[in-house]
Amino acid sequence: MIRKPVVSAADIAPDLNRLRRRGLLRGGLSLGGLALLTGCDLSTHSGVDAALWAMLRFNDRVQAALFNPSRMAETYPVSAVTTPFRFNAYYPEWQVRSVDAVDWRLDVAGLVADKTPWTVDRLRTLPQEGQITRHICIEGWSQIGQWSGVPLAAFLRRAGADLRARYVAFTCFDDYSTSIDMASALHPQTILALDFGQQPLTPEWGAPLRLRIPVKLGFKSAKNVRSIEVTNTFTGGYWENQGYDWFSGV
Amino acid sequence: MEQSRAAAHPLPVRIMHWIGVYAIGCMMLSGWEIYNASPSLPFQFPAWMTLGGWLAGAIAWHIGAMWLLFADGIAYLMYGIVSGHFRRDLRPPTPAAVGADLGRALRFRLPHRLGHYNAVQRLLYGGVIVILMLAVATGLSIWKPVQFGSLTALFGGYPVARGIHLTMMGLIAAFAIVHVALVAIYPRTLVSMVAGVPADPETPS
Repeated sequence: MIRKPVVSAADIAPDLNRLRRRGLLRGGLSLGGLALLTGCDLSTHSGVDAALWAMLRFNDRVQAALFNPSRMAETYPVSAVTTPFRFNAYYPEWQVRSVDAVDWRLDVAGLVADKTPWTVDRLRTLPQEGQITRHICIEGWSQIGQWSGVPLAAFLRRAGADLRARYVAFTCFDDYSTSIDMASALHPQTILALDFGQQPLTPEWGAPLRLRIPVKLGFKSAKNVRSIEVTNTFTGGYWENQGYDWFSGV
Repeated sequence: MEQSRAAAHPLPVRIMHWIGVYAIGCMMLSGWEIYNASPSLPFQFPAWMTLGGWLAGAIAWHIGAMWLLFADGIAYLMYGIVSGHFRRDLRPPTPAAVGADLGRALRFRLPHRLGHYNAVQRLLYGGVIVILMLAVATGLSIWKPVQFGSLTALFGGYPVARGIHLTMMGLIAAFAIVHVALVAIYPRTLVSMVAGVPADPETPS
């Protein structure tokens, strides 16, 4: 009898990566290591790593204080859109997963009055907003893209979400996840995108639904969204739990 | 205490100098790791030269050390203005004075007097302070291109601001190489930046 494996390769990939990094770091001396007498990369349990994590949390609070809900990300003309648009995910493009848009449902969980799952067609009945904005990657590169879809604020109000809750968390069917603060979730340019470049999203760009949040770094704009949860519990995210700055506002 | 017995470098300057060295060192090494994530020039920094181990670690270092550099820089600028250090020691030199002193320096005929700044030193130290301020300003503009949007626009938009930030890093690194080389030639300047060594008497040039 063939049993389904309890743990898949994707489940342990982050841990494997972490271990590999630690091995790499232990393997060689670095200028940084010499100067600071320790190799601190957020994965050890040293005091310096604890201080770095504390600084990350401090920076999250500073960024939340700096966030001005009425300040808009710069918008561009269609002629400024970057082509070809660069694919980016925690996996290579050939591993992109897709679902049948007809079977797909968006689950809504947590502090919301109406937990009815949403279909793509029903999402299209809500008011739509378009934007041409700069997607800025935490790696430093950036590109300009065009998205349209439902403003997250309108969606949350429609679902009867508790808008005083602290976080909105996103879970994706490609095993990605992220979460954002409520103030950024309610920003007028934060949308649940259904279209990319005036066409319905294709799998590599996050079909059938992705978050597009130009007031945060690119990795916060989760693709292939499966469920949205409104919560007061900090859930972090795929990259955030490994040490990437959680707030990541721009 | 007589004027001539005053320390070549007052204690606050010595403390702020070494905090600055540590902060700039952390910013530089972690910045190289961040650069490596998406190099805009056809080269990468070897891993042994970088700090943080990987991108997230480097960013944690960069935005952590940022506060130290910011606090040290503000303290130094306030001290420099209030104490008269800038007015007295780092007044921008005339091009003619720089030319004359540079000519003498290249012929190894420029005397180095502790506590007194020749035209080349004024240019280099004044210049690196301006460059550091530009590095901090462009850094803020690419950290928060929406919240500090007008600053980012002032530097020509996000990609250009990032390029300027990288250029400032290069200039700071170039300054550090020249600075350390000159300290190696005049080792007593290193002693004077650590201990309270009295300034040399002023001699007419």
